[in-house]
Amino acid sequence: MIYAPSPIAVGVFVAFILLVIGLSAWLGRRATSASGYYAAHGEIHWFVNGIAFAGDYLSAASFLGICGMIAFYGYDGFLYSIGYLAGWIVALFVVAEPLKRMGRFTFADALDSRYHSRSIKLAAAISTLVVSLFYLIPQMVGAGALITPLLGLPHVVGVLLVGVVVTTIVVTAGMVSTTWVQFIKGSLLVLFCFLLTIMILHRGLVVNGGAAESPFAARPAAEILARPGIAVLPKGGTWAGKPYTRLQNPATGRVEVWREETRDGEAWLTETQRLTVKQGARLVDGVPQGKGEGQRDLRPVGYVSGLGKDGGPSTGPLGPAGFLDALGGASIQLWGNELIVEDDGAVTTVYYQKITRGDDLMVAGASPTFAGVRSARLFDKLDFLSLMLALFAGTASLPHILIRYYTVKDESAVRKSTVVGIAAIGFFYVLTLFLGFGAMTSGALDVTNTNMAAPLLAKSFSPLLFAIISAIAFTTVLGTVSGLIIAASGAVAHDLLTNVFRFRLDDHDMVRAGKIVAVAVGAVAMLLGVLFERMNVTFLVGWAFNIAASANLPALVMALYWKRATRQGIAAAILVGMISSLGWILLSAQAFRDVYGLPAASALVPFSQPAIVTLPLGFLVLVVVSLLTPRQEEREPMPRSIEAR
Amino acid sequence: MPVAHPSRRAGGALRFWLFGLYLACYAAFTILTAFDRPLMAWAPFGGANLAVLSGFGLIAAALAVALLYWWLCRDSRAVAAPGVPPAKAGR
Repeated sequence: MIYAPSPIAVGVFVAFILLVIGLSAWLGRRATSASGYYAAHGEIHWFVNGIAFAGDYLSAASFLGICGMIAFYGYDGFLYSIGYLAGWIVALFVVAEPLKRMGRFTFADALDSRYHSRSIKLAAAISTLVVSLFYLIPQMVGAGALITPLLGLPHVVGVLLVGVVVTTIVVTAGMVSTTWVQFIKGSLLVLFCFLLTIMILHRGLVVNGGAAESPFAARPAAEILARPGIAVLPKGGTWAGKPYTRLQNPATGRVEVWREETRDGEAWLTETQRLTVKQGARLVDGVPQGKGEGQRDLRPVGYVSGLGKDGGPSTGPLGPAGFLDALGGASIQLWGNELIVEDDGAVTTVYYQKITRGDDLMVAGASPTFAGVRSARLFDKLDFLSLMLALFAGTASLPHILIRYYTVKDESAVRKSTVVGIAAIGFFYVLTLFLGFGAMTSGALDVTNTNMAAPLLAKSFSPLLFAIISAIAFTTVLGTVSGLIIAASGAVAHDLLTNVFRFRLDDHDMVRAGKIVAVAVGAVAMLLGVLFERMNVTFLVGWAFNIAASANLPALVMALYWKRATRQGIAAAILVGMISSLGWILLSAQAFRDVYGLPAASALVPFSQPAIVTLPLGFLVLVVVSLLTPRQEEREPMPRSIEAR
Repeated sequence: MPVAHPSRRAGGALRFWLFGLYLACYAAFTILTAFDRPLMAWAPFGGANLAVLSGFGLIAAALAVALLYWWLCRDSRAVAAPGVPPAKAGR
């Protein structure tokens, strides 16, 4: 779809960005020491830190990805919500308090506090960089996806804009400004999503968006074929064997493509939408894509086809339970797509209607990501179980989340801020189901772009709400990216330069080194955001969770809880977990298909999500190596009050 | 003087029980989703099905155990592992 930027959207967006940068500059006055730059002096209030957790964690994948997945496939997106939140239980009960007690700026500090080993710091720093970069890619891709409809600018401009703004925020004031950006973003995101949910429930479900008939035709085949002045094209070439009937108007030469299906034993034809890319030109239903005369654009989708046996054109306002009940009994017009390479080399994507029962959208397995749930193959089910394990174990292993435990003063504040974070994040994830289903039935979806479901849902209510939600989504990216850049910066400047390579940096030098690294990481993130433009946001985040869980969790848990763990065991577990999970991902069917453009069947591993293999492998390696290496005298962790000087 | 292992501080045993309880619920949910679709499609109260109810239930349970832990740890002495000194506030 082509989006026309509105002055309101541009105005709200610019105001948000200026507010965020101004706030950063103002807060940045105090971040002159390493403790201030990396850990906000440990002076953040626990409530602010808790909401900042939400701002840090609710990334583009959570807001744009999950809402989009639910809008297009139903319940499957909600599985991410459940898994993402469950991961906080690991953080609260297993990691948070010991980590705070033993660390200083980075999670490598906590890992290493018993051993004072360069190998552990090196392994942890590399792991932090790899996980942060994997997590950065979808954020930057999400930023580019947002900028196009909001401001009408190309993807690359969105990526560069995020990169420049975030790097400015991080370089300006480090963790202090990052925390407040995340606090503002987390608060606004939860608040406006709650408002949006109330509006969805108030609107209820409306058949065909209030029109007498569906905007997309579906008729018995005999009725369509009896229309005067059309000719049925033969099913030759790449269209052979496909379930489509092509009709041509001999007078104009225009071709319509209808999808064939059977309803109650009768042959029907349903209207499709086509997007063809031919020698760089984009055609919609055979004519140039555009809004002008002689042009055509893809039409918005997302309609309720019927409201079950009690019928009626609209439900009117509903409560949360009533909304889900009504949706379960309704039939929804979803859209599938099929890629066809035509004989002349043109690539056509045919988007076709799929009338789906509401109750079928309330169980797992409708999306390609979770299709394995409905498969009889054990490996397909293992793929699903592995992803759910990665989501559960990955949260407490994400470097940008772990460093937030150093921004509050003590363990009690860590505990309280984690509980506040769980409350805010959990509430948001409950809302995602209503936001997603609201978008699914909004009549505003872009059939080509799942990531735009939430902003377009807001647009179905008002342009101002669209502008606000889009700006919040953009600050969502800013908040998460700034946390990731701080984590990567700490890994390089604090762990690698100071502790591994033994550079003698004073406090001022370490802050300056951190800022230089932040600029470099920001530049790499921008480059990757442009290169990975076509990748699915949620899918990429799933990879980051797998790597984080496999590389970091075994080392973190065992360093904190197993006295027999040795430094060799910890370092080996990080490296084996990281390399094995990364290697598995690169050899998986999804990487073959989506990254290399090769047949998925050529993949060298039986399923795509590695955590179910590589997480236990990390624990196993740690135990075996620790038992094979000499027991080390436990050294008392240095009190942070001394160590920090 | 030897220090307590980092794990054996405030909320020591309690947090593992709460963690284990939640982990069991999450594992049951995941396994049922993977292997028993008809059960998850069942609507016990006639409206939302078990998949939706258990999803909301897991989110609510996360908040419930977190709040319970906060409440029980309001005086960390009460839940510290036996013989282990409680964490010092403000360290």
